[in-house]
Amino acid sequence: MAGLSNNLMAFTVLAYLVAMVCYAGEYAFGDRGRIGKAASRPARQLVGAGAPVPDDAAAVPDDAVETPAGPRNGAGEWAGRIAVGFNVLGLLLHLGALATRGIAADRMPWGNMYEYILSATFVGSAVWVGVVLRRPAVRHLGLFATLGLVVLLGADGMVAYTPVGPLVPALHSYWFVIHVSTIILASGIFLVGAVPASMFLVRSGYDQGKRRFPYTLGKHVPEAVTLERLTFRMHAFAFPLFTFGALIAGPLWAEASWGRYWGWDPKEVWAFISWIVYAAYLHARSTPSVKRNVATWIALLGFATMLMNLFGVNLFFSGLHSYANAGGM
Amino acid sequence: MTAVEERTPTAAAPPPRRANRVWALLRNSWRQLTSMRTALVLLFLLAVAAIPGSVFPQRAVSPEQVARYYVAHPQLAPWLERLGGFAVYGSPWFASIYLLLFTSLVGCVLPRLADHVRALRSVPPDAPKRLERLPQHAPASELAGEPAAVAEAVAGKLRRRRFRAVVREGGDGGWTVSAEKGYLKETGNLLFHFALLAVLVGVGFGHWYGWHGNRILVGGADQGFCDSLAQYDDSTLGPRVQASDLPDFCLQLTDFTATYQTTGQPKTFEATVAVTENGGAATTRSFTVNDPLRLHHANVHLLGHGYAPVLRYTDRYGVSQTKIVPFLPVDAMQTSEGAAQFPDVNIDPKTDRRDPQLQVGFEGRYLPTVPADGSASSAFPAENAPALFLTAYRGDLGLDVGTPGSVYALDQGQIATGALKNVSGARPHELKVGETWTLDDGTKLEFLGTRPFATLAIRYDPTQSLVLLGAVLGLIGLMLSLAGHRRRVWFRALPGPGGDRGGTLLSAGGLPRADYPGFSDEFQALVKAAEEGTP
Repeated sequence: MAGLSNNLMAFTVLAYLVAMVCYAGEYAFGDRGRIGKAASRPARQLVGAGAPVPDDAAAVPDDAVETPAGPRNGAGEWAGRIAVGFNVLGLLLHLGALATRGIAADRMPWGNMYEYILSATFVGSAVWVGVVLRRPAVRHLGLFATLGLVVLLGADGMVAYTPVGPLVPALHSYWFVIHVSTIILASGIFLVGAVPASMFLVRSGYDQGKRRFPYTLGKHVPEAVTLERLTFRMHAFAFPLFTFGALIAGPLWAEASWGRYWGWDPKEVWAFISWIVYAAYLHARSTPSVKRNVATWIALLGFATMLMNLFGVNLFFSGLHSYANAGGM
Repeated sequence: MTAVEERTPTAAAPPPRRANRVWALLRNSWRQLTSMRTALVLLFLLAVAAIPGSVFPQRAVSPEQVARYYVAHPQLAPWLERLGGFAVYGSPWFASIYLLLFTSLVGCVLPRLADHVRALRSVPPDAPKRLERLPQHAPASELAGEPAAVAEAVAGKLRRRRFRAVVREGGDGGWTVSAEKGYLKETGNLLFHFALLAVLVGVGFGHWYGWHGNRILVGGADQGFCDSLAQYDDSTLGPRVQASDLPDFCLQLTDFTATYQTTGQPKTFEATVAVTENGGAATTRSFTVNDPLRLHHANVHLLGHGYAPVLRYTDRYGVSQTKIVPFLPVDAMQTSEGAAQFPDVNIDPKTDRRDPQLQVGFEGRYLPTVPADGSASSAFPAENAPALFLTAYRGDLGLDVGTPGSVYALDQGQIATGALKNVSGARPHELKVGETWTLDDGTKLEFLGTRPFATLAIRYDPTQSLVLLGAVLGLIGLMLSLAGHRRRVWFRALPGPGGDRGGTLLSAGGLPRADYPGFSDEFQALVKAAEEGTP
């Protein structure tokens, strides 16, 4: 079962890799430069990439957001659909890898850093698939979402791989399930939320006429307002979850396990920092006098602190959360 | 943290007055402090100020790591000490940031609380003259019925949708309905911020009135522990706690069981103790890592465990002493290090004088399972093939100087100066259970066996339930404030063009008071409902 989990993990990465290539294909050959408009309007207005729109494209029905239209747009459109297909396939394989890992260890697969990242990326992937199925308009961002998944999973498999094993006694607690699952969920959503956040910055830079490298990507991404709203919604959803997981469930468990609800362990310190930064983002977002660009930069800073907590704290500092270390206990 | 929504401008600006300079400075500083920009800056400062606490070892978390840091960086460490680098979260600069932040928070939420109470007690304001200027607007449509009746019916519908609605008669024979919803957003927001204050107060009182201590409790009736300051290995009392305030209880470790995987990874730990509280009868209770022993005003947490070898030393006059010395585990396989010191031995019965040159000490490792390859680390944490590897020292142990040293190691200074000499050679002597080791001077050391010990943290924090309550209320407030949307709608019912035959022209406008993308859908639904069901 453990070997099966490892094989499934490898296939998961492969599927995401293929999805990434297809997303990239859509990104390169597709014709969704004004995709945000297509999303806000039921009837799709086709905009040829410098080429005249074929006549038959005018006959595209109202629900044509997902229909391939015209030979010229077909390639990119199909690449995008195949990409989503592989993304979903990857998600299923990912679920399989997690489930078999859990069965092999006879517990929830959240006992060490390898399993934690496997779970957090699964949540991220699931959130992304959910978003892309509900809002095909943002499908272009799949390139970045799958890139993140492949990099994180690759690093997970190479750096943090741990053989299947039972939990250390310190993790024998029902709080293990509550604390870790909510944090995995919240981190997954925060991690995915960084995609629309960075794309918003790119797009708004592009809209202001910037044509240097990262901003040139903005030509192909959805409208700034859509991206910004998506960013906010993801963060506003993940923040209470994170609050519960890190600042309520975590301390409750810490009190039972270590005798104090808060002890400034490196992991706790960085969770505190992430919480403060995301709180600053929500405050900045809801203050009219603070520009949305500034607020979104704060969200990206929060993302950096989450990464620091995920990788940096486990690898550089030793602390009480060290059973989450690479290589287990 | 200023309110998100716009405020209605004050009716008339007061005439300019020559303000007192000091007063003006104070007022402006206060305004600056309570502004959102300052709050954001303080939040960032707090986040940045927290970072050093994860980089440098913290004395409150692990004093031994601080000591190691002093050894590794002798130049830097005293400077870090002066800057509070080893006690970041108790340092004045960290405190000043969060106190300023909370002052800013109070300065912001108190006026908002007053505003919100006022808003909750007042009725929604009358409709603006021109509804078509609002972000959402529905043009007039003609309905049957008198304007007054239409307005009442609309207000009833809005109330059923949990809007707060009020009907007013206009001067032109028309009626207006003003409705507002989403007060919970601000309620939640205020609840969140006040809950943070409760958390701060709870943490502060917990620090003042809480205490904790650590103790290694060796198994056996002769090794019991009673809750008094002297019996702790180390302890910290809050500033408002006296030694006499500690609750009265005694513990005695009667059993300790640990089970392991074949890999040596621990599966379960369980400590069983006999507890006597307030002089009552002893009760037997068990506890484990995630399930502490909850006593009256004290919680006993199991942090770790280990082995305490029982050693009997027989000196050159034939007098024996037995010591039970906990060896501290240094790795996951319970390779343990420790020292046994026998200062009061080799006392000549004729003179009854202690010769400081004839004190004896042993230092070394205990391996619960000696590996087959003969390496110096245990192969398994349980006692499958236990052995002690000891080096014997004779001379002055250095205990009489009065400076407190570790009981887990011999005084390395005494060894360095030669006051304490190695008398057993470079290789540690292996000693299995039951074996006797005869030293060069004919004295004997017997390894009688081991006893388990449990590392206990005993803590009490009187306000942790207040902190938990604050955190939970804060979360509820947070969710309300993130999920809610404050919005206002107005309907204006004017007499229709039909004149006396009745009929009403109903127009509507809507104003979301924060970013709310779903408002236009809701507004359309409200207008549709208002137009459909009116008589």
